[in-house]
Amino acid sequence: MSTAAPHALADVTASDSTLRRFLHGLPGVDAVGLEARAASLGTRSIKTTAKAYAIDLAISMVDLTTLEGADTPGKVRALGAKAVHPDPIDRTTPATAAVCVYPDMVATAKAAVAGSSVKVASVATAFPAGRAPLSVKLADVREAIAAGADEIDMVIDRGAFLAGHYLKVHEEIVAVKEACGAARLKVIFETGELSTYDNIRRASWLGMLAGADFIKTSTGKVAVNATPANTLLMLEAVRDFRAQTGVQVGVKPAGGIRTTKDAIKFLVLVNETAGEDWLDNHWFRFGASSLLNDLLMQRQKLATGRYSGPDYVTVD
Amino acid sequence: MSDRLSVFKTYKLYVGGKFPRSESGRVYEVTDAKGKWLANAPLSSRKDARDAVVAARKAFGAWSGATAYNRGQVLYRVAEMLEGRKSQFVHEVADAEGLSKSKAAAQVEATIDRWVWYAGWTDKIAQVVGGGNPVAGPYFNLSSPEPTGVVAVLAPQESSFLGLVSVVAPVIATGNTAVVVASERAPLPALSLAEVLATSDVPGGVVNVLSGRTAEIATPLAAHQDVNAIDLAGADDVLAKELEIAAADNLKRVLRPQPVDDWSATPGIDRMTAFLETKTVWHPTGSLGASGSSY
Amino acid sequence: MTMEKMSPVFEYAPAPESRAIVDIAPSYGLFIDGEFTEAADGKVFKTVSPASEEVLSEIARAGEADVDRAVQAARKAFEKWSALPGSERAKYLFRIARIIQERSRELAVLETLDNGKPIKETRDADLPLVAAHFFYYAGWADKLDHAGFGANPRPLGVAGQVIPWNFPLLMLAWKIAPALATGNTVVLKPAETTPLTALFFADICRQAGLPKGVVNILPGYGDTGAALVAHPDVNKVAFTGSTAVGKEIAKTVAGTRKKLTLELGGKGANIVFDDAPIDQAVEGIVSGIFFNQGQVCCAGSRLLVQESIQDELLDSLKRRLSTLRLGDPLDKNTDIGAINSEEQLTRITSLVEQGESEGAERWSPACELPSAGYWFAPTLFTNVTQAHTIARDEIFGPVLSVLTFRTPDEAVAKANNTQYGLSAGIWTEKGSRILAVANKLRAGVVWSNTFNKFDPTSPFGGYKESGFGREGGRHGLEAYLDV
Repeated sequence: MSTAAPHALADVTASDSTLRRFLHGLPGVDAVGLEARAASLGTRSIKTTAKAYAIDLAISMVDLTTLEGADTPGKVRALGAKAVHPDPIDRTTPATAAVCVYPDMVATAKAAVAGSSVKVASVATAFPAGRAPLSVKLADVREAIAAGADEIDMVIDRGAFLAGHYLKVHEEIVAVKEACGAARLKVIFETGELSTYDNIRRASWLGMLAGADFIKTSTGKVAVNATPANTLLMLEAVRDFRAQTGVQVGVKPAGGIRTTKDAIKFLVLVNETAGEDWLDNHWFRFGASSLLNDLLMQRQKLATGRYSGPDYVTVD
Repeated sequence: MSDRLSVFKTYKLYVGGKFPRSESGRVYEVTDAKGKWLANAPLSSRKDARDAVVAARKAFGAWSGATAYNRGQVLYRVAEMLEGRKSQFVHEVADAEGLSKSKAAAQVEATIDRWVWYAGWTDKIAQVVGGGNPVAGPYFNLSSPEPTGVVAVLAPQESSFLGLVSVVAPVIATGNTAVVVASERAPLPALSLAEVLATSDVPGGVVNVLSGRTAEIATPLAAHQDVNAIDLAGADDVLAKELEIAAADNLKRVLRPQPVDDWSATPGIDRMTAFLETKTVWHPTGSLGASGSSY
Repeated sequence: MTMEKMSPVFEYAPAPESRAIVDIAPSYGLFIDGEFTEAADGKVFKTVSPASEEVLSEIARAGEADVDRAVQAARKAFEKWSALPGSERAKYLFRIARIIQERSRELAVLETLDNGKPIKETRDADLPLVAAHFFYYAGWADKLDHAGFGANPRPLGVAGQVIPWNFPLLMLAWKIAPALATGNTVVLKPAETTPLTALFFADICRQAGLPKGVVNILPGYGDTGAALVAHPDVNKVAFTGSTAVGKEIAKTVAGTRKKLTLELGGKGANIVFDDAPIDQAVEGIVSGIFFNQGQVCCAGSRLLVQESIQDELLDSLKRRLSTLRLGDPLDKNTDIGAINSEEQLTRITSLVEQGESEGAERWSPACELPSAGYWFAPTLFTNVTQAHTIARDEIFGPVLSVLTFRTPDEAVAKANNTQYGLSAGIWTEKGSRILAVANKLRAGVVWSNTFNKFDPTSPFGGYKESGFGREGGRHGLEAYLDV
């Protein structure tokens, strides 16, 4: 039996059947309506001072990510430097929220951001597929924590979820959370594999019931990653979860957000769905890499009035 | 032929599946084309009209909710019953319209065939006038015809039987219920038709038949707030205008009188569509969900 | 001006659409027989921006003599226009559709200025639908033989058309596109508070090379419309507007051969069942009653919510209403614009006061209204029953009455308990319930798990006192054909 969920909804995780009943009792999601709402918020026009604010906020929310088989200490050090000072020309540029790396790169990353506000996040639990025994996943997490990770980005067992073994998924998250200790846990659903919005809503509640500090859309490794609609849906979930339990959970869309325009649309979603309490990098993150340079170029454009170019931002 | 004294029929109204006398207790004399007395027909009052509307409204839910197939069966049953009583109607139509027996027989046969024609329409009209609409968005969108409701029908004055059925059958085929005002001068075929309806499977109240002064009965019907539509076939131009004005108070659908040379000509679908509403239902379709893994 | 409680630092700066794109002349004439002309009696009226009360232009006001002149011009044009091959009429309509697309930004800004509705709506809803409607009916012009009305269906002649102020250009499109496609000529009267886009449309007819007299535009008040409807040489009357005026028109044309279609008021029920997709239902309720400030005949002005989820739904709804942005209609971030006229504002205000005095509970989000112009905060009434005036009368404003029900039967009974029958909404995840309820609703348009969607292919129109005839789709042709 699971032991997380220290709140009003604790009972729902008492058994597989209570959990199933609860998750399947959540209101359904009409796909067209959800997407229409996300698209309509996307037409908000953000200009001037609001835009400058949004860009700096977005930069501060980036989990600057490198998750390549070819990652090296050099690559990770460069990433760390960029996270601390995203724009070497303009030191007023805020640092990113974190760098996000594989567990074996945590120590390198930690050293690279030492002395700054930048956190080190590590994917774990046999990222991205998550197809490994629980013991391996937990070992993965413990190694990352031992190397100094401040945050863990775990993937759920989509196979178990899609097979309807919700309690298994729940127990795994609880176990990982326990292994995290003080580190904050982001729970990745891989929304592109869950496929339906109803599943995403259920996974969101499942993750929050299990003690997730963040719910996160995706690994960035599948065809469909973060979208305005699935992020909107998850923002509704954290909003409703706090209303019911008093517990606030963060949201992290990841993968596919590449432009300032996109990022600002996501901030509008946050602003108008979950509200201002989430407009802070403690509660909202972007899992991204190329996004940062676009934010920096737009920031330079706002400051100077002329359009910037890729030669004026770093390639790291 | 014996010289046996025949038994006269007492003609009554047909309201809610029952055969009441007029609430007024009054009758009027009906004669044949040469002025010979045929019968006393009930002289309906505005209260009879009111009762008929109540009966028609009460019947509307079940009749409009019946399957189209079922309505077709019921209408076909009317034709079967009429076929069996053909000689009676030939006699009545000949008297009413001053026709020879063979011409009257042709009218009656055409009338029976008309029931058959409309019986076959019940489960087809929706496919002809409804259908899916290809909207520019992720929505299922379907338009279907639905009956307007309670329809007041002023039967044609001249064609006492074929004309009558030609205006009543299309109204009920699609699921409306009717309050029919029979031809003022020649109401007997209509009142006899009621007896056929009562012995076929048409539920009580689906067709209600009133005889009397068309203008007197039609005026309260045109003004009645629970009547949804009115067919003015049996009204002259002056009356039709008055009734159309009265009908505007609750925006009844009005079918104006149109000159009809030959009631036996194949009808189009206009008399059905005149008393159909189009309902359009939308629903999102959306996608099955985006999915796929690349590792 | 916003009413939201959002981040004090993430306050969206104003993002006004430029009005430089539209050049409004100080005065406009009547458009008769291809020319702009003054009214015979020289009368004029002013059209104002309801968001600021600024006078936008001075407009000639058509009188009886002008109506006669316009009908004659349309009659004269009818001969050649109706004799044109359908394929040629089609090309004129295609041209018009394209020019509308090209000038859509200009027309959107103009509509927003004259009507007061948000640019977001004119840009994303009105104008795309206007162009689409012309495209749709353009294609019918040479296919009428196949429309199901028999071979070679004939046009009626001169159509007199009277349209309202809530969707000025869209209602023009709904009227003119099918009329011209079927070979009729038209005399159209726009509403007195929103004449400008119709007058710009006259210019589009000029650009498209449309023959003179095929389209005539007569700005004016109710008397102009009455004269048009009563004109003996008009063959077809099409009206969109209030039920009261619709009844008058029905009386006027009684006893004539004029074909009549009426698209009138409504008191649409938006029914939310306990298994509804709640977040989408909330959006649907909002779009149902606050789209175009609720000045929509098919608005979902009665929310029928299953009693078991009333509290939850109302909490969500109120939270959502608190994020609505009311203010400058030209601001791209504005959700709620101005009420179209002082007269309409007065009507809304008085009905809302009546709702309060009859004991319903009134709620609005914190909301600062601009000092100039005509404004009304989004308003929600709870504890409403079928007996309340606000549950029966069409308010035509941003006012939602919330009623509850216990069972599907009761929901249907309450939804149908009105003299109107234009629209209804159903929210439930249960497919069979959607179809069962949709079957029982006496309404011309039923939106299930969505609301206020429109499309040129989709027939639109009412049951009962919401009028008769359908606009849009194949059905919409019938109103303009002699069938």
